[in-house]
Amino acid sequence: MTPRPERVRRFTRGERRVHRATAALMLVCLVTAAALYLPPLAELVGRRRLVVAVHEWSGIALPLPALLGLASRAFRRDLRLLNRFAPYDRDWLRDALRRVPRDRRAAGKFNAGQKLYASFAAGAVLVMLGTGLLMMFPHLSGVVWRTGATFVHDWLALAVAAVVAGHLWMAADDPQARLGMRTGFVTPEWARRRHPRWEYAEPGETGEPGPPDTGA
Amino acid sequence: MEDKGTPVGRRVVLGMLGLGALGVAFGSRAQDGLDSALSQVAGKDPTGLSGLLPGGGGFRIYNVANSVPHRDATDYRLTVSGLVDRKATHTLADLRAMPQTRLVRDVQCVTGWRVPGTPFEGVRLSHLLDLAGVQDGAGAVRFTCFDGVYSESLTLEQARREDVLVALRMQDKPVSTAHGGPVRLYVAPMYFYKSAKWLSGIEVTRDVRPGYWEHYGYEVDAWVGRSNGRHDDPTS
Repeated sequence: MTPRPERVRRFTRGERRVHRATAALMLVCLVTAAALYLPPLAELVGRRRLVVAVHEWSGIALPLPALLGLASRAFRRDLRLLNRFAPYDRDWLRDALRRVPRDRRAAGKFNAGQKLYASFAAGAVLVMLGTGLLMMFPHLSGVVWRTGATFVHDWLALAVAAVVAGHLWMAADDPQARLGMRTGFVTPEWARRRHPRWEYAEPGETGEPGPPDTGA
Repeated sequence: MEDKGTPVGRRVVLGMLGLGALGVAFGSRAQDGLDSALSQVAGKDPTGLSGLLPGGGGFRIYNVANSVPHRDATDYRLTVSGLVDRKATHTLADLRAMPQTRLVRDVQCVTGWRVPGTPFEGVRLSHLLDLAGVQDGAGAVRFTCFDGVYSESLTLEQARREDVLVALRMQDKPVSTAHGGPVRLYVAPMYFYKSAKWLSGIEVTRDVRPGYWEHYGYEVDAWVGRSNGRHDDPTS
């Protein structure tokens, strides 16, 4: 048996920066949205035109970190992994619905939940950007479109807030996952337990860690 | 191996873009339906949570100043000035002692939300203008607010309408600070940005001077359903 590496690289520095910048912009969008939308907060904060400007510009900037991240090979590789669903991802979702304990569900570097979250986030950012621009420039479109854009923007905002809260909840529940995003490294024990199909390679290792306990 | 398989991620993104486009095209109609459904629910919802949903039939609070101003019966004053024979300063007690008018109409915001059947009660603006005695050559009325920022105006003809009030009560309670209390303007037939909150000054002028939002593209003659490119049902 090959000696186990002390730690496994999960994210490069560039990827972590993309995540951090996206998270910060998303937070600003959500906080300013709340200050515009919830009456008690709107009353407390006031400064409506300033809050609107901060909301608009952080929303426009939201896709930029990921676009810049495309320069990174590691980021592009992870996007491919997030995009593709293997048969075990369907099993993961089915098991998740049946409340099978997480350590007995098969997953690659990203589990099916993370894949769906990432796709939802990407789609939501684009739809919010498009509808937001329609609301910013009402003269470019008719009233019907502007009302439609407001409709989509408002309801999707509620969904985004709920899903991001779920994302934070999952992270709060898994210190190793947070460590991976903060430092870039996780322990091999965690990688095998939570992501048994993850084909990570360490220097000195040929890959194929061959998890003994996938349960799949 | 890991990067083979069905491109579910791409499908989710494209699917959301498609749904978003459909939502933009048909959301206007969907929101109309939801509005009536939600206002039914909101009427029976003691928690008020349904009012937070989009189109939930609740008011949204817009404040352009840096903080919410607060005045009450002890320090509130309403001045009437400009092209009038008798300049005046009214206290809250003075206004309460004047003839009161109660109107129940829908409130329509120019951003789309509408609150059905909202009672407003107060002194007709025309009454205050008559008390002051409008001089010849006057053509408009300008309103200023004690938030120090907001302003509005009406033509003299609009200001004399019977459905334009200096409101002391809203929803059968004294106008709350958040809703522009203790005294706000209520221009029933126009979009709600004309109903200036925290009213503190009425100035009779020669010509209309555009108000706060009108510097940012909203129309001065803000008739509900006939301005700002919208087609809402009239409110008065």
